Amino acid sequence: MSDTPDSTEDTDARTRHVFVSDPALTRLTDEGSQELVVTGGPWPEDEAEGDTMIINMGPQHPSTHGVLRVMLELDAETVVHAKPVIGYLHTGMEKTGEELTYVQGATNVTRMDYASPLANELVFSMAVERLLDIDVPPRATWIRMYLVELNRIASHLLFQATNGLDMGALSMIVYGWREREETLRLLEKITGLRMNNNFIRPGGVAAELPDDWQEDTLALCDVVEKGVREYDELLTKNPIWEERLQGVGVITTEQALALSASGPILRSTGFPWDLRKAQPCLAYDDVDFDVIYTQNGDCFDRYRIRLLEIFESIKIVKQCVEKMPQGDYRIQDRKVTPPPRARIDESMEALIHHFKLFTEGFKVPAGETYVAVESPRGEIGCYLVADGTGKPCRLHIRGPSFYNLQSMSPMMEERLIADAVAVISSVDPIMGEVDR
Amino acid sequence: MPDDDAREDAHKSADADVEDKEKSAAPAPDDEVAAAVVERFPGTVFRRSHGQPVVYVNRAVWAELGTFLRDEQQFTQCMDVTAVDHLVDAERVSVPGVEPERFEVVACFLSHPRNRRIRALCEVPPADASVPSLTETYPGANFAEREVYDMFGISFTGHPDLARILMPDDWHGYPLRKDDAPSRVPVTFKEDPSPR
Repeated sequence: MSDTPDSTEDTDARTRHVFVSDPALTRLTDEGSQELVVTGGPWPEDEAEGDTMIINMGPQHPSTHGVLRVMLELDAETVVHAKPVIGYLHTGMEKTGEELTYVQGATNVTRMDYASPLANELVFSMAVERLLDIDVPPRATWIRMYLVELNRIASHLLFQATNGLDMGALSMIVYGWREREETLRLLEKITGLRMNNNFIRPGGVAAELPDDWQEDTLALCDVVEKGVREYDELLTKNPIWEERLQGVGVITTEQALALSASGPILRSTGFPWDLRKAQPCLAYDDVDFDVIYTQNGDCFDRYRIRLLEIFESIKIVKQCVEKMPQGDYRIQDRKVTPPPRARIDESMEALIHHFKLFTEGFKVPAGETYVAVESPRGEIGCYLVADGTGKPCRLHIRGPSFYNLQSMSPMMEERLIADAVAVISSVDPIMGEVDR
Repeated sequence: MPDDDAREDAHKSADADVEDKEKSAAPAPDDEVAAAVVERFPGTVFRRSHGQPVVYVNRAVWAELGTFLRDEQQFTQCMDVTAVDHLVDAERVSVPGVEPERFEVVACFLSHPRNRRIRALCEVPPADASVPSLTETYPGANFAEREVYDMFGISFTGHPDLARILMPDDWHGYPLRKDDAPSRVPVTFKEDPSPR
């Protein structure tokens, strides 16, 4: 390094990057290097007038839950405008879905909303079954409902953990993960995988439940219930928590409806809409549970709804343990279901059948359908178009997070930038599903 | 020739049967909302697809359909807007009264007060791939229409901010079109000097 000053061009290039709010506060020394002078006194008043700054929050920001980028137009610390920018996790899963057979399809869709993979598989499988005009046996229906509710518990526990982390209640990430891990352990025992289970498939579910699933489930329910009561004690009446979330990120029912929001966001505005009650699929008609909704439409209410929904899901899971019917766990239709493992050893036809099913898949008659179920984040839908071949012509998943992100702007605007973090967290977006 | 006459009669009655079938192929909608839509927008074709009511409307009235559904039929939310490319379909459902085109734009509407759904489809030719935007009535269709524009190159007239949403801004081509093969596009990043 020489002591002689650089050429003028380089100096210009260096000084250009220094943010100068007021030229009077900066003076250039004779050498051309820049020096900032700290002066006292109040902030000049005329600067705030119509002087907004645009900053990018994300895509690499720890509180944006993955790769969400929010462009914020700020007037001092107040958010004037917020625009979510997405696509950083786009992997073309809908295009991939057109290249995979219906048997392989569940493996693909399960990776979209990775916090509640079973809801994705469920909606895809139900769409395929509707196009095939088949009904799954009652036990398969109940196993599906049981698994989706377990998954809802895991997903809401994940929200409790990350929401606490984002708000500065750092112990929540540890507590939330503790219970979530127990839930995932049970899911792993049943499905073989913690996440991306690929267990709900067209025609039923992949395997029978393990022998002692009832005891495991009841034990898990106790653990989760105890844990969630702890969160409730830790957070709900906590003045810091209330201060941080109450009245923050408010959205009205009209706004939520207009912006196609669903799930806890819509329910937090005093609109008791839950597809499990309103348009029941599976066996939701036969179980007793309540739809949780609140009136204020703020971040606190969305936290509260997700907390209480864990108790409702536990209720459903316990009823599943009680009422689980006996029978087949998948449809005994050879067109869709592979032959049992034992048959493959003794029958050549069964071997061929098995091979054909997993290489070519089954054909679905031409048609189109839209199926929607309630995922932890809202209405997840599957629009499926078949053209009579073994692969779908179009597979579209309506990701609830994708639509819920739109309601982020009215929640953030005219609020402080510090509340933006609370809003992002309370929308609970899963970017895998947003970008697909 | 009594035989010939008999044949002639049989032929005529067979023709009449076919005509009857064609007439009955476009049945009166058994869904009250669909019936209202068919009455309001002549030329609309109703179809029941696996139990779900579907209306095929002319794309010129696409935006008006949204307004009609929201204001007069209590359809509070537009749940989904997407599109389908039928370029290489092995087999396609033919709906009598609907002239099939390459693209189809699909919108799913949900009425909370009446607890019912309806799905609307419109046919879009590739030569003039544009549809009136639903965002005026349903602001929530904003992202979805941007996605359709991004993936299929179908533009929505009247959309406030029709830009690519999932793909990079400088991307060429429309990935979900059937003639846009995934293997043909090299993986590249923004401002990368040469595609790898």
